[in-house]
Amino acid sequence: MGTRKINILEHELVPQHILLSEEESVKLLKRMGVSKRQLPWILASDPVAKALGAKPGDVIMVVRKSPTAGLAVAYRYVVRG
Amino acid sequence: MFQSIEETKTVGGIRFGILSPDLIRALSVTQIVIPETYDEEGIPIRGGPMDRRLGTVEPGVRCETCGNFVTLCPGHFGHVELARPVIHPLFSKNIYTLLRATCRVCGRLLLSEDDIENARRRAKNLEKRWPLLKYKYGEAVAKKAVKNTTCPHCQAQQYKVRFEKPYTFYEERDSGSVQLRPTEIRDRLERIPNHDLEALGLDPESARPEWMVLTVLPVPPISVRPTITLETGMRSEDDVTHKLVDLLRVNQRLKESVEEGAPQLVVDDLWSLLQYHVATMFDNELPGIPPARHRSGRPLRTIAQRLKGKEGRFRGSLAGKRVDFSARTVVSPDPKLSINEVGVPIEVARVLVVPEKVTVWNIEEMRELVRRGPSEYPGANYIVRPDGGRIDLRFVKDRNAVAEALKPGYIIERHLRDGDIVLFNRQPSLHRMSIMAHRVKVLPYKTFRLNLLVCTPYNADFDGDEMNLHVPQSEEARAEARTLMLVQEQILSPRYGAPIIGGLHDYVTGAYLLTRKDTLLDKKRASLLLFEAEYEGSLPQPAILKPGPYWTGKQLVSTVLNGDFNYEGKASICRKCEACLKELCPYDAYVVVRDGSLLVGALDKNSIASQVPRTLLHEYLRRYGVEKGAKFLDGLFKTFIVYLDIYGFTMGLDSLEVPTTALQEIEKLTNKAEDEVEQLVERAKKGGLEPLPGRTLEDTLEQRILEVLSRTRDRAGELASRFAGMGREAVIMARTGARANMLNITQMVAVLGQQSLRGERIKRGFAGRVLPHFKWGDIGPRARGFVYSCFKRGLRPTEFFFHAMAGREGLVDTAVRTAQSGYMYRRLANALQDFFVAYDGSVRTSEGFLVQFRYGEDGVDPAKSDHGEPVNVEKIIREVMAEKGG
Repeated sequence: MGTRKINILEHELVPQHILLSEEESVKLLKRMGVSKRQLPWILASDPVAKALGAKPGDVIMVVRKSPTAGLAVAYRYVVRG
Repeated sequence: MFQSIEETKTVGGIRFGILSPDLIRALSVTQIVIPETYDEEGIPIRGGPMDRRLGTVEPGVRCETCGNFVTLCPGHFGHVELARPVIHPLFSKNIYTLLRATCRVCGRLLLSEDDIENARRRAKNLEKRWPLLKYKYGEAVAKKAVKNTTCPHCQAQQYKVRFEKPYTFYEERDSGSVQLRPTEIRDRLERIPNHDLEALGLDPESARPEWMVLTVLPVPPISVRPTITLETGMRSEDDVTHKLVDLLRVNQRLKESVEEGAPQLVVDDLWSLLQYHVATMFDNELPGIPPARHRSGRPLRTIAQRLKGKEGRFRGSLAGKRVDFSARTVVSPDPKLSINEVGVPIEVARVLVVPEKVTVWNIEEMRELVRRGPSEYPGANYIVRPDGGRIDLRFVKDRNAVAEALKPGYIIERHLRDGDIVLFNRQPSLHRMSIMAHRVKVLPYKTFRLNLLVCTPYNADFDGDEMNLHVPQSEEARAEARTLMLVQEQILSPRYGAPIIGGLHDYVTGAYLLTRKDTLLDKKRASLLLFEAEYEGSLPQPAILKPGPYWTGKQLVSTVLNGDFNYEGKASICRKCEACLKELCPYDAYVVVRDGSLLVGALDKNSIASQVPRTLLHEYLRRYGVEKGAKFLDGLFKTFIVYLDIYGFTMGLDSLEVPTTALQEIEKLTNKAEDEVEQLVERAKKGGLEPLPGRTLEDTLEQRILEVLSRTRDRAGELASRFAGMGREAVIMARTGARANMLNITQMVAVLGQQSLRGERIKRGFAGRVLPHFKWGDIGPRARGFVYSCFKRGLRPTEFFFHAMAGREGLVDTAVRTAQSGYMYRRLANALQDFFVAYDGSVRTSEGFLVQFRYGEDGVDPAKSDHGEPVNVEKIIREVMAEKGG
């Protein structure tokens, strides 16, 4: 197979992932009233997390298409693995 | 929340382990040696299984250990020093793995030093995050170790260990098979170092393997195995006590034999007997050994039997408890009740009570209730004084005096009466509508009565169904039940985004008959029907004045509808014409309500039924709310069935009358089909049939035959329905959606059609043919389960047999399906039980984890949605346009 690197973030089936800054994630946690660990998790070894350069402790925002809401926003807490 | 002044402690964790002999002795208050319970005077023998130091169960006797009476004494463990160690039967599997996975000489795990270290580290890591996985991992490590036949540490040769259920072990040495005695096993287990145990996922701190071989046996406290005194004064001991006596007797004999130096054979016999008694004390249903029996021959109910199964401690006493303030009886229908009501038998109302506080305002009423007492119906059973003392009115001689003594602040536990709020439930409680709040209506006779419209949410019928009733005892509980659980609050189901309560069967038929074009009612009937609808105004202008005043059914419905209600929609009787004429529909199948008037269209399933979204009923509920919706269901729906009564709706054989010309045509049709199939078979034999892609010739032929036959059935159906107009009751029910469908009618009057097993034509049975009535190799329609007859004329014997085959398959399928889907649903419900929608609209678990950031991603409550959609734009536009237009 070819050796060309593909940026998976640009693939049409991959929803938009945005790495949140520290302030943004703190704001989010404050708004939801949860600790980071209480967010859904994503492994740091997940291809998307790797592509974003996310490290354990970061929070990723996912904006994806939803059959019910059109666009839906979700968040993932990056864990070791 | 309240904070106790006392010190509070939180459970940080719970750890299960195995009791060590030292711990058993430390927990024990005394050693038990004597295999006797009481002496001649009936005094418990000291050192026997009923030793007074083990706690007290007799009232008024102080416990010799803690000095408390029955209520406070928790019971105390004793212990038995076993003359010889025995295997704990419930750990024999673990012992088996350990014996095979470790060296018989040095006790090390049969893996290299590196492997052990590796496994140990990984087990420790697993424990941190997936504690349960640790044991699975340990099993895998053990499995690997078992494969080694020589010890990597001391090079000793390992023999195969054979395990014979439930607790016997043999070692297959070169010289032959030798039984391993518990002493030997215990020695081996003792040799396993802690370090190696950790590699197997075991925690040597709380579970050293040698503790799986018992040297000391704990004796459960008397409170665990209380003596039962019968009315005759006869005392009867608990099964566990009986077992202990047997066990102690054998233990004593074994001890004596060993001390006397009896022959090994005798000792071994007693030893295995002791093993049997210990094993059956834990579990009397161990495979491979006979259960210990009572003198009467009844198997003993020992410790495992108390916990296990449906009537065991978990399922019987903890997960399923009996509750007070509840009743259960058969249900029967009462269409005159409101959907919010439940009919309660007087006998039940006399027993179930509601606590009511005595105040200055109700004191006289309460006095009257007390005077009437427990046996006269609207009365009272108990009085609770402000100091908490209870007066049982059954035993009060002068109730008048007690009634006079009442003061505000007392609480009267009065009988259930009309208007009280109760919870009503039918099992299985699969969704939230399985438990709803109703208002009580006390009625004579012995059944609970309910409105037919609430059968759907409870999934109840009246073929003997029983239901439960619970009486909330606090004001808060009653308020909550009334505002959240009342039947009317549950009409709109989150499951369909449509009402779950609505017309069904007769209601639909009645609605159609009342509102169809040619229904005219004279003054008497119109008034009667409006009375049933609880309409209190005056009659509208009659639609027909000559020869006398007559009202249409539509007019009556319109009188009940609100003046500003608008609705438009297709009825179920719609013929699905190519171009819909809408309100000009010649079949009256397009329902239009404008400004509260039912202008055109007959009401049927698509207007008033439950579980159908966007019906007239659904729109009415959304527009006017559940309060008015409930009145709508109570009132108008009652007129539907009352009208059906007046009409005298009944279905007879004439409903299935078909002219002979039609029958002849049907016969022609079936003959044609037979010919076609014959031709197909001929063609296939000659090789003239082209196989369909991906199929064999046989498959293709089979499929083509099926096509022909199903086409024939459909044609016959068409033919039959052409002669079956709305004049026939069966057709009315099918077309309005009340019950059955046109296919069922076809089966009754024309042909039953193909019977199938596993989706195929019936082909199993005798060699080469299904039944001996056919020729070998006949694959024609008749020989493979096509039924030409109809139910009305009756089936031929072979046809009947085919029909029975298919019928049986259906029966079995339903049974299997309900069991499977029931369990599937249970697992799902258990997995989701601690999820909830938080106030911010997110879905969280009880532990605060976020599951969805917005419920369903759009935050829409399906019960309040328009069949799942948050808004119905089309409808809104239509409404706005209508408003503008006029």
